[in-house]
Amino acid sequence: MGDRPLPTIYPETEFYWNGAKEGKLLLNSCPSCDKAYFPPRPFCPVCGNRDVEIKQASGKGRLYSYIINHLPAPGYEPPFTVAVVMLDEGVKMVANLLDCPPDPEALILDMPLEVTFEQRGDVAIPQFKPAGGVA
Amino acid sequence: MTRASIAIVGAAETTRMGKVPELSQTGLHADAALNALADCGLTLADIDGVATAGHDVAEIIQYLGITPTWYDGTSVGGCSFITLVRHAAAAIETGLCKTVLITHGESGRSNNRSHRPLFPSMQQQEFESIYGPLFPPSRFTLPVMRKMKDDGLTVEQIAMVAVVQREWAALHPRATAHDPLTVDDVLNSKMIAYPFRKLMCCLVSDGGGALILTSADRAKDFPTKPVYLRGMGGESAEGPMISQMESFSSSKAFRVSGKMAFESAGITHSDVDHLMIYDAFAHLPIYGLEDLGFVKPGEGGAFIAEGHTRPGGALPLNTNGGGLSYMHSGMYGMFALQESVRQMRGVSPAQIKDAKLSLVHGVGGMFSAAATAVLTSEDQW
Ligand SMILES: [Zn+2]
Repeated sequence: MGDRPLPTIYPETEFYWNGAKEGKLLLNSCPSCDKAYFPPRPFCPVCGNRDVEIKQASGKGRLYSYIINHLPAPGYEPPFTVAVVMLDEGVKMVANLLDCPPDPEALILDMPLEVTFEQRGDVAIPQFKPAGGVA
Repeated sequence: MTRASIAIVGAAETTRMGKVPELSQTGLHADAALNALADCGLTLADIDGVATAGHDVAEIIQYLGITPTWYDGTSVGGCSFITLVRHAAAAIETGLCKTVLITHGESGRSNNRSHRPLFPSMQQQEFESIYGPLFPPSRFTLPVMRKMKDDGLTVEQIAMVAVVQREWAALHPRATAHDPLTVDDVLNSKMIAYPFRKLMCCLVSDGGGALILTSADRAKDFPTKPVYLRGMGGESAEGPMISQMESFSSSKAFRVSGKMAFESAGITHSDVDHLMIYDAFAHLPIYGLEDLGFVKPGEGGAFIAEGHTRPGGALPLNTNGGGLSYMHSGMYGMFALQESVRQMRGVSPAQIKDAKLSLVHGVGGMFSAAATAVLTSEDQW
């Protein structure tokens, strides 16, 4: 079945993965636009500002969209959920939903989610689960 | 009066398609190219511009023995061939070359090739595919649950796209699938990526196609009925990370590309007699109808389910059966163009009577890019 895929980490994204190791979801944010953005890059994709910040996200969001994947993927046992999470900071990111069955009855769009981390070797992968316990 | 400036004078698909294990991907490009040359009575020596996507354009040039003064290898996914039509038109207009050959070949099923055609995206790998959506059916479908909630789109409406397109495919001897489908057939087919089932996903085929473009004033020298470009079409891109689409109910790349094509052609929606919208998955014609402005946002699913795009409907759409039923090599955009050309020549097995204007719109990657072209049988308007 193999191992789950690992991200190829580049110099510009190292902070994000280092943060995850410490249990923090870190986002780039532009002080001029007063807005977080994703995925990380050392300039603001709206205004081009290179003077951007790194901020810890609240880790809270909601289920924005999803599919239940029945196709094979290394380290995964289908079916499993691939979700898009809308963070409270207004950025979208992909995650699997932990502590939640891959079942449309349990996957209610806009339900509140919170960040958690999945260890894959040396890398901590940001993941999400229903806020306040099992759905 | 505006006179057409660019014409498609040669057009052909590979001799065989579907399962073509006897040809490599390079061989599929060549088979399509030679068929398109035969179609318009030209030889390889007449070609001075070459364009392709998903394959090194220089290899195609060498394999065919062409010495070009212009080439283009823009490769943004399946819509690239529609993009290349407008790039070729610009090159001919500006005198960079006179006669352009655009080729597509893809060994999507037999996999007689050294590489897959789409460039891997670094950020898509780092932030999306690590979560397991490794194949197009589980990536391209990711926005759809959101659209269903926000717009009231139903899974039955998505299934109807496959049902209606099968009705068109039944008219095409070369289509892969001919047997009639019902909504129940689609909703009972194998689950691939909820809510998408197998019959909402494209075929996987071998095949190719080629087009030959030149200036309109030369077009009448050719044996085939010329098909003219009306305006310069449109293109845009939003990028390979589908999770970062600005809206999950609408493609920005579709909207920008479509608007540009309508404005450049100077047409309105009621001028369009025939429409092709690249359907790698059944939701794409729904997004396409809305983003191109044929219906209001959120009304695409109902429009198709009501039968407006089926044989006999007011807006014939994907009249070859599309990627769902005709064939899907991986970069299907060339096949959408081929059906538009056949319709404008009046020779499609699913011919729309008196059709004079065809709009062809394609997606590249997973909502990553888009391109639009307007073809017409008329040399002035
Ligand atoms: Zn900014």
